[in-house]
Amino acid sequence: MFKPSKLHGEFFMQGDIACAEGALAAGCRFLGGYPITPATEVAERMAYRLPILDGVFIQFEDEIASIAGVLGASWAGVKALTSTSGPGISLMNENIGLGMMMETPCVIVNVQRAGPSTGLPTTFAQSDIMQARFGSHGDYGVIALAPKSPQEMFDLTITAFNYSEKYRMPVFVLADAVVGHMTEKVIIPPVEELEIFERVYTTKKPGDYKPYELDGKNVPDFAKAGDGYRFHTTGLTHDERGYPIMTEETQWKCVPRLMEKISKHVDDIVLLEERDTEDADVIVIAYGITSRTVLPAIAMAREKGIKVGLLRPITIWPFPEKRITELAKKVQGFVVPEINMGQYVLEVDRVAGKYVPVKSIPHPGGGFHKFDDIVKAIEEVAHG
Amino acid sequence: MDKNEILDEMIIDSKHHPMEDLFRMDRMPHIWCSGCGLGAVVTAFMEGVKKAGKDYDKVVVVSGIGCTGRVAGYVNLDSFHTTHGRAIPFATGLKLANRDLTVGVISGDGDLFAIGGNHFIHAARRNVDIVVVCVNNFIYGMTGGQTAPTTPLEAKSSTAPYGNYEQPFNLVGIAAAAGASYVARWTAMHVRRLSDSVAVAAQRKGFSFIEVVSPCPTVFARKNKKGSGLELLQEFGERSRIDHEADPTKIPLDMKNEIVCGEFVNDDRPTFWENVQKGIRKNVQIEVDLESKLYDRS
Ligand code: SF4
Repeated sequence: MFKPSKLHGEFFMQGDIACAEGALAAGCRFLGGYPITPATEVAERMAYRLPILDGVFIQFEDEIASIAGVLGASWAGVKALTSTSGPGISLMNENIGLGMMMETPCVIVNVQRAGPSTGLPTTFAQSDIMQARFGSHGDYGVIALAPKSPQEMFDLTITAFNYSEKYRMPVFVLADAVVGHMTEKVIIPPVEELEIFERVYTTKKPGDYKPYELDGKNVPDFAKAGDGYRFHTTGLTHDERGYPIMTEETQWKCVPRLMEKISKHVDDIVLLEERDTEDADVIVIAYGITSRTVLPAIAMAREKGIKVGLLRPITIWPFPEKRITELAKKVQGFVVPEINMGQYVLEVDRVAGKYVPVKSIPHPGGGFHKFDDIVKAIEEVAHG
Repeated sequence: MDKNEILDEMIIDSKHHPMEDLFRMDRMPHIWCSGCGLGAVVTAFMEGVKKAGKDYDKVVVVSGIGCTGRVAGYVNLDSFHTTHGRAIPFATGLKLANRDLTVGVISGDGDLFAIGGNHFIHAARRNVDIVVVCVNNFIYGMTGGQTAPTTPLEAKSSTAPYGNYEQPFNLVGIAAAAGASYVARWTAMHVRRLSDSVAVAAQRKGFSFIEVVSPCPTVFARKNKKGSGLELLQEFGERSRIDHEADPTKIPLDMKNEIVCGEFVNDDRPTFWENVQKGIRKNVQIEVDLESKLYDRS
């Protein structure tokens, strides 16, 4: 008998579809979305799969409604996903802030294309790195993961759901059009073998429960709508009861914690991949698809006798500050190729720049870096 | 019980609001101005919930931003004070993810029909099973009296100091045209009819829309020399006429003519979720068979 929720095995699968399958494997049963290249296939796959799994698919009138609906579904206790690209994130940003303020778990997939504005809709970029970090107004912590392959579209979508449930917040999967549209081998393990973090619901009785009471933790326990808690929540600055209290004092209690729940758990959230970094003189920091396209250039530089290593932040946000500081103290410099005009390099430079040179290799999108440009940059850093 | 005992009882009782189980008494007093219609409208709304016989634990209220947006903060139900204009899609997500909930949206005319207008028409078109109550005070109250999409022609506002020059929306007309399966209009004078209407809307399926014409003494009445909240409320009462047969697209509101009230639409048509289920029953088995051929390795 076919059991669609237990889909597992080896597949030749497109990245966007793997992302949808990862969401389903994580237990996601709601997608609110709006068509946009190059993310549409995620929604299409969910439209096909969710009804079979008693889930809800709804194509909303725009991305603003999509994220609002996703937040609503999450408050009903259902894991929820929306998938879009840069222009859609631009529209979602207000309610991403609401999700942060109300501490609502959900996952937002951004299959990045080249901007600004309509830009290059059918090609790729990595230009929404800072948008993910600072897109909505005000201060809040952010988690963003960057897959480099269809396999990671599957794996990291699950991780994103786990983080979103654990830290009660919207979490980004920052993919790009190459990874989203590429078809590769994807191994889907049996669902029993997956590590899934389930939402922590309060065990308190109605009347004793306050939606934002911490009880010594950094993340408050959840109560969903319809369980008799009769709670209130708001996008306004609120106290632990969820009641709006618009004072400086409450702002101090409410907002810094939205950052601390990330900053206090960086080690739990940061995922890195390293290649040849132990003896490296020069380290290339590259994420997502760029971490693959730089490999030939790294090999070419090694042939020229330069000890080059690769550091791939899988977790883009929070920034892997600790590891990059460690490396900065022993290498000659960093090279940061990214398919944007130099976004992530700003953080690398902030952390490592006081020790060694940090060289940006920008690209506006729609293509990859030329190997020679990367080799040249590595040589420059290596030879001072 | 002697007279004194009865008196004692009454004194004790007077300390309790008759609906205090339905309001967050720890949040009183509310922020609304004296003479504002919102208190009466919200009380009528909660009366309606009571009349509908719903389990309060399964009733959810979602609001947007503005004076009416604050309703969510006062009702003693699971309640969400969301962003400007986005209460309807938020409520749609809640309802679809847990179909056992009764989901009500209460928000203002600016919230639901200016910034949130697109969501309104699409939710009505989909016939999502939610109740939307729009408190129409013809103006933006919270921000100090700017023109709303409902401000009557020539009415004054802080952004229309020489009189409004934009044609306003007729909210019940839009709701009916967009496909809402229940459409009613009342004023803040009609508290009993309003609560009956809320009860009907909460019990029926599909997208229900109730417009409530409500006095805003602080900005609308003052800018338009309409007197106190009570005077404006009386004016609404005097100008209103109940006609359930009226064509909702033909009864726009202005500064002086009749305010036609009533239940204009009460039609059963399949809801979003019913249509989803129908589609699944028809097609899913075929798809599952197809997919099992693709993926089943056992
Ligand atoms: S400004 Fe108008 S609508 Fe707002 S609370 Fe005051 S009277 Fe009511």
